[in-house]
Amino acid sequence: MRAALTSVRLSTILISVVGLVALIGIPLVTDSFQTFQFANVAAFVIVIVGLNLLTGYSGQISLGNGAFMAVGGYTTAIMAHRLGAPYALTIPLGGLIAGAFGFLIGIPALRLHGIYLALATFALALSVTPVLNNFDTFTGGHVGINLKPAAPPAGLDLSNEQWLYFVGWAIAGVLFIPATLLLHSRTGRAWMAIRDSETAAIANGVNIAFYKTLAFGISAFYAGVAGSLQIINTAYINPDNYSLGLSLSLLIGLIVGGLGNIWGPVLGGLLVVWLQYFAEKASGVHLGPVSFGGKPDIGFGLLLVIIVFLAPDGLAGLARRGMVRYGLLRTRFRAPAVIAEELPMVEPDQVRT
Amino acid sequence: MLLASVSFAQSLAQQVVSGIASGAIYASLALALVLIYRAMDVANFAQGEMAMFATFIAYTLITQFHLAFFAAFALTVVIAFAGGFAIERVMIRPFEGSSVLTLVIVTLGLFSIVNGLAGLIWGYVFKTFSGPFSSNSIQFGGVYIGIQDLGVIAVTLVVLSVVFLLFRFTKLGLAMRAASLYPESSRLLGVRTSRMLALGWGLSASVGAVSGMMIAPIIYLDPNMMQPILLFAFAAAVLGGIESPLGAVVGGVLVGVLLALVGTYLPGGQNLRTPFALLVIVAVLLFRPAGLFGRIEAKRV
Repeated sequence: MRAALTSVRLSTILISVVGLVALIGIPLVTDSFQTFQFANVAAFVIVIVGLNLLTGYSGQISLGNGAFMAVGGYTTAIMAHRLGAPYALTIPLGGLIAGAFGFLIGIPALRLHGIYLALATFALALSVTPVLNNFDTFTGGHVGINLKPAAPPAGLDLSNEQWLYFVGWAIAGVLFIPATLLLHSRTGRAWMAIRDSETAAIANGVNIAFYKTLAFGISAFYAGVAGSLQIINTAYINPDNYSLGLSLSLLIGLIVGGLGNIWGPVLGGLLVVWLQYFAEKASGVHLGPVSFGGKPDIGFGLLLVIIVFLAPDGLAGLARRGMVRYGLLRTRFRAPAVIAEELPMVEPDQVRT
Repeated sequence: MLLASVSFAQSLAQQVVSGIASGAIYASLALALVLIYRAMDVANFAQGEMAMFATFIAYTLITQFHLAFFAAFALTVVIAFAGGFAIERVMIRPFEGSSVLTLVIVTLGLFSIVNGLAGLIWGYVFKTFSGPFSSNSIQFGGVYIGIQDLGVIAVTLVVLSVVFLLFRFTKLGLAMRAASLYPESSRLLGVRTSRMLALGWGLSASVGAVSGMMIAPIIYLDPNMMQPILLFAFAAAVLGGIESPLGAVVGGVLVGVLLALVGTYLPGGQNLRTPFALLVIVAVLLFRPAGLFGRIEAKRV
């Protein structure tokens, strides 16, 4: 038992060291555009970590977390542009305001289950762009807001992109730790109890209303921070950023990466940015009469369906199972798959034959 | 003063009529959603995209193959049926009996695939889709009523009647209803429930295709055109009670009229129609979760 425990810790340490070296090394070997892309990955990792807490662990499906990114993004843009506030202040504030929105949205969400919550958050995702366009005196409408690029502090020999890369990943790392700790605490256990059976959770005295709204608030906080970071990276904001496609890509990234797996969001963040990038690269390619559109949708969709069919626990789950199989990782227990298949039903015609 | 109030009444009446016409379109898409929801307890998030794709097929038939509108219309309904049937067999069947979350995710995947495919084939440039009805209007007691509005209402009524007759008076319709209400018992009685599910998808794709071909002349044709329409159809289905076909139709008309009034009389109303639909969904789910015509289900623990 003790040996198993040590080997888990060893492999965790090993992965962490390799990951850290890679993280620090990346901006030293990539060009400025690639560094910018990897800085965006950090923002997507943060928002998907938050979505994982909400959907993967507390079991509340959200197709609308892009709305919370919009709150964070616009908080940053308006404060920096109108009031000249420093980015160091607007990032946490963007997170907090988005978190407050999340709490508010979590209250009606308490009474919505499964498919109905999916419907309501879908409506939320679709409402963001028109609402932002409507209040254009405040948000700048279609024109958007241009921001001044974030420069590294004097004396630090880094390009803007490298500086943003390190800031983004530092924040991602800092936010990753409380998310992981939460999952191993009373809160995380309460979330998983609610996810697995709400009735059983109530019977065991879990305060469902509190923990469900808490999940919404925290996941919105993460989305708000990510939205702020993303806007600082691009130095421009526009309502069209926050289409339904954004919210969908978050959920798709999470599921393909690994729903209910701590490492799923990291893979998911990489995937969302990369697929977008490759789709844009492929947009010039012509194959006979067909030219490829600059949209990642087909790839996203196919990947999603294939992953849900073949590996419901996502790429992270697949990697985990592979490592267990080849003795690289030993576990005492298996994490339950979130997308649990129901018990197989015996078909009548199978009985007959 | 008197003049102003008369013209307000006239404009109100006009808005109500055009609201009923858009409501009829939302009603057909809502009916398509309800057909699938009844059969497998899942909201098909790809319903709007399937309708959009069918509308592009109709567009190609009209512009490339020079078919008359109603010939293209009929052919598209048939193609949509085959498409819906095939999608169920290939993409949904492997997930039959899966959890709600899985099925939602699969329909979202379908959403992305169909949307991307339409963009790949037809591009993202807005296209004009000319409908069969003239854009003139007729005067009726001081109120101008668009011929297009009347045409849309008529086409929708025909479609709804066909669906009603199918379910009410044919053996196939009976089998489909049985398969969705009591799958185990109907399987024991020899109904091929899985095939009924595929037929349900085909039927719902056809009904959805009609809504796409009716809305496209009013708005422009592009791969993202059905996204707000799908939201309005969701609002209609939830308002009517997501299990009730009659509710979908009534809900569709109500949502259509409400949105027309919001769009006209609220400042910035055109932008506020989507959040208003969100409000309708949330309010109905909070205060009357079964909708107008749904029944409240007891949950067995």
